[in-house]
Formats: sequence, structure tokens, C-alpha cells
Amino acid sequence: MRVKRGLADMLRGGVIMDVVTPAEAKIAEDAGAVAVMALERVPADIRRDGGVARMSDPIMIEGIQAAVTIPVMAKARIGHFAEAQILESLGVDYVDESEVLTPADESHHIDKWSFTVPFVCGATNLGEALRRISEGACMIRSKGEAGTGNIVEAVRHLRSILGDIRKVTQADQAELFDWAKQLQAPLGLVQEIAETGSLPVPMFCAGGIATPADASLVMQLGAEAVFVGSGIFKSEDPAPRAKAIVEAVTHYEDPAMVAKVSRGLGDAMPGLEIGELDTKLAERGW
Amino acid sequence: MSAVVGVLALQGASREHTAALERLGVIVQQVRLPQDLVGIDALVIPGGESTTISMLLESSGTFEPMAQLLHEGLPVLGTCAGMILLAGDVLDGRPDQKTFAQIDIAVRRNGFGRQVASFESDLKIEGFEEPFPGVFIRAPVVQTVDRSVEVLASVELDGGKQSPALCRQGNVIVSSFHPELTDDLRIHQMFLANLN
Repeated sequence: MRVKRGLADMLRGGVIMDVVTPAEAKIAEDAGAVAVMALERVPADIRRDGGVARMSDPIMIEGIQAAVTIPVMAKARIGHFAEAQILESLGVDYVDESEVLTPADESHHIDKWSFTVPFVCGATNLGEALRRISEGACMIRSKGEAGTGNIVEAVRHLRSILGDIRKVTQADQAELFDWAKQLQAPLGLVQEIAETGSLPVPMFCAGGIATPADASLVMQLGAEAVFVGSGIFKSEDPAPRAKAIVEAVTHYEDPAMVAKVSRGLGDAMPGLEIGELDTKLAERGW
Repeated sequence: MSAVVGVLALQGASREHTAALERLGVIVQQVRLPQDLVGIDALVIPGGESTTISMLLESSGTFEPMAQLLHEGLPVLGTCAGMILLAGDVLDGRPDQKTFAQIDIAVRRNGFGRQVASFESDLKIEGFEEPFPGVFIRAPVVQTVDRSVEVLASVELDGGKQSPALCRQGNVIVSSFHPELTDDLRIHQMFLANLN
């Protein structure tokens, strides 16, 4: 476990960028990404195209692995342990069991303890986060609402998870049993949080980050690093925006620095109003 | 008066180093900008992504003043990415990747392979009675070591060859593993003993 979560510790304070080609992976690495997420379509395109979204073609993942020296992550469908086995055999550095792809199992997530490769999973609240950790996830990310360029859902998820952690630390022993019941989470993990005041694995933010200011916001709320999906390569000028978001995550507590890097980046990705969505990806996962 | 130790906090595992150093009673100064270097008695460069840290050192204007302090003999501990940033020579790095070149070793980035090849190994360290838990995460492999560098611990590579994992040259200590991810403070203690 120490080795598996160790890589997540090393990614803290960094930006993980979605890329669909080796050329984009190069741009991400040049901009200072700590890792890339290799996928066939960014969430905004998955949302637009519809249909079943699956694990990427191994050729595409291998092309990206060959193009960069930083860690390469890839997505498997929720519950699709065979896709995860394939990704592990390709040597990806992290598997994202992701709601952005179409779920393969309506009640079971992957048993992540049975893998050598570490997993990251999305969560919308503390109970979901703890269930994923109990299944062996070594990193939790907020789900947000991928492919929208709208930060509101990620903020809701971060506030929910971190707010409940703060409440749990105030609970007495008897109340912790009730917390475990309410959260539908293992008592042992709830007791551990009451003791330490934080999740036992790093918590990153994903879903809707489009600007340096968005990155600063979620870092100040308590995220330890950020994933940027469509926000970079669906913007007008990806390279400078990617670099600016990297700088904003490092200097998130310094508004003058965030202001400096926010200047003249061109148009951000066009955003979507959450109320007008047909499909809410964050509702996938159990 | 307690020593002030700067911990480079641009990206990576600065929090764990900060916690370890505070447990040993020193004052920690997070370093993100050139002005954060003022008044520090020593520096720690943590694990993280060396390409990212290298870029952020440049863009924040911290690289040059930090290089100057290191050149003047500021004691420094570098773990994993920190080892890469202090090494004289980096193999398989990016062509534009800069290092402080403070220790005469050549390292190969991700020399052990990808994350699935990351591992833990108990290390026998010179001067320590008990073995030290070495946590290696996409770790660099030390390829060559100048004769003036002390090798304090080694780790076995595939095929049984030993490779240096903890090295010291003057005021510079580097490890390819992560002492900050364990509760064992002996390497931080060894580093702080340098200050007196």
C-alpha cells in the first residue's frame, strides 16, 4: 500500500492532463504536467458523441507512453476488471476506474486490492470515497461533472467530502457508529478519519477545471492536486493555458501569481450549464 | 536557536519532509519563490516529478539564487526527484532539464521502470544498526559514482547487481528512495547532524 499510494504522494501539488495523442502528451509534459491521462476522447467529446465509451486502444496508450517520461494513467470502465488487467499489463502507472466511461457493472466496482498497479476513483461524497478506499483505491478525486468546463459540481463534491471529514473529527465514539451507517462505509475507516482528520489516501480534484482561477479555488478548498480533462485541449490556445494552470496549482495561495499567469490566455473551453445536461456522469458509481 | 530548513514546495511530497523535520525540532520554511530562500540554514528537495519541479524552478526565478546558495555550500538533502535535480549527470531526462550538479553521480530517471516495478526493500545503511525501510517509487538508478562520493547504502537491481541508493559528498546527501514516506527519522537526523 505504501508503494501504491506513494506515487499519488509524489503527484501532489501537480496537474494531471487528459491527452488523446502523443503530440498532446508532449505539450502537456512541456507545460509541466506531473502525469498524463491517455484516452481516446476527452470527456467533452464523449458527452457530445454519446454511445458506449470504453478503455482506449493499447496502441494509443503505448504511443503516449513512448512520447513522454512522466507517469501515464489510463481509464477503465467501472467494474470492468478485464480492462484494468489489460492496462496493468501495458504498464500504465495508474488506472482510473472512471465514471467518464460507460459503467460495465451496476453494483460492483473493481476489487483493486488484487492489482499491483494503483487505482484512482472518483467520489461525490465521503461515503463513496471510503467505499472506494475499502476496495483498494490509493487516490480519490472529486468527480465534478466531466466535460462541462463548469466547476460547480467539483466544488460541491470537495465541500461535501471535506466538510463531513471535519464533522467526523468532532464526533464521539458512539456517534462514529452512526456515521459509518449513514455513510455506508466501513467503521474502521471512519474511526481512522476521526483520529487523523484526513482521508488515508491523497484527494485530488477533477471535473470542470478550465482556468488557473478554478485550480486555485479547488486547491484552497483542500484538493491536493488537480486533473484537467477537456479544459486544456478544448481551449483556444492549449499550451499556455496548460502552463498557467500548472503555475496556479503551485502558487495557489498567492493571488498576484495567479493573476500574473491568467493574463492573455485566450478563450477557455465553452462551458455547459449543469441543469441542461441530459447525462450526469457523476451519478455513475455506487 | 533552532535551525531553519527550507523545503522546496513547488510540487511533490514537501508535506512529509516538513512533518519529519518538525518532529526533529527544526523550523521549516516552505520555498516557492526566491525570497523564501532568505535565512535558511539547509535545504530539502523532495520527491515529485523532476521535470515539473525543474520547470517551476525556472519560471519562479528560484533556480539561479538556489544554485548560488548550493554552490556556496548550503547543506542539502535530495530524495528521488531531489536526487535527480542534484546529480551531475541525468540520463533519459528531458534535454532542457536543468540540474544543480552538486554531487558527482550519474542517474537514470525511472531506471527501475514504471510504477508496477516500484517496490520496498530493507536497506543496510552505513552507521545504522537496524535496516532502513527503503520505499522506491519510479525511482532513479545511480549509474556511476565519482570516487569522492561516499556510498552509504545500496539496493539490488534485477540480475543481482548492487546500485547506490544513498550517497553523500560534502554537504550533499541524496537518496533514490523516500525516507519521508516512512516514520523512520534516521536519515533526516543524519542530515541535520551536518548542520552542527
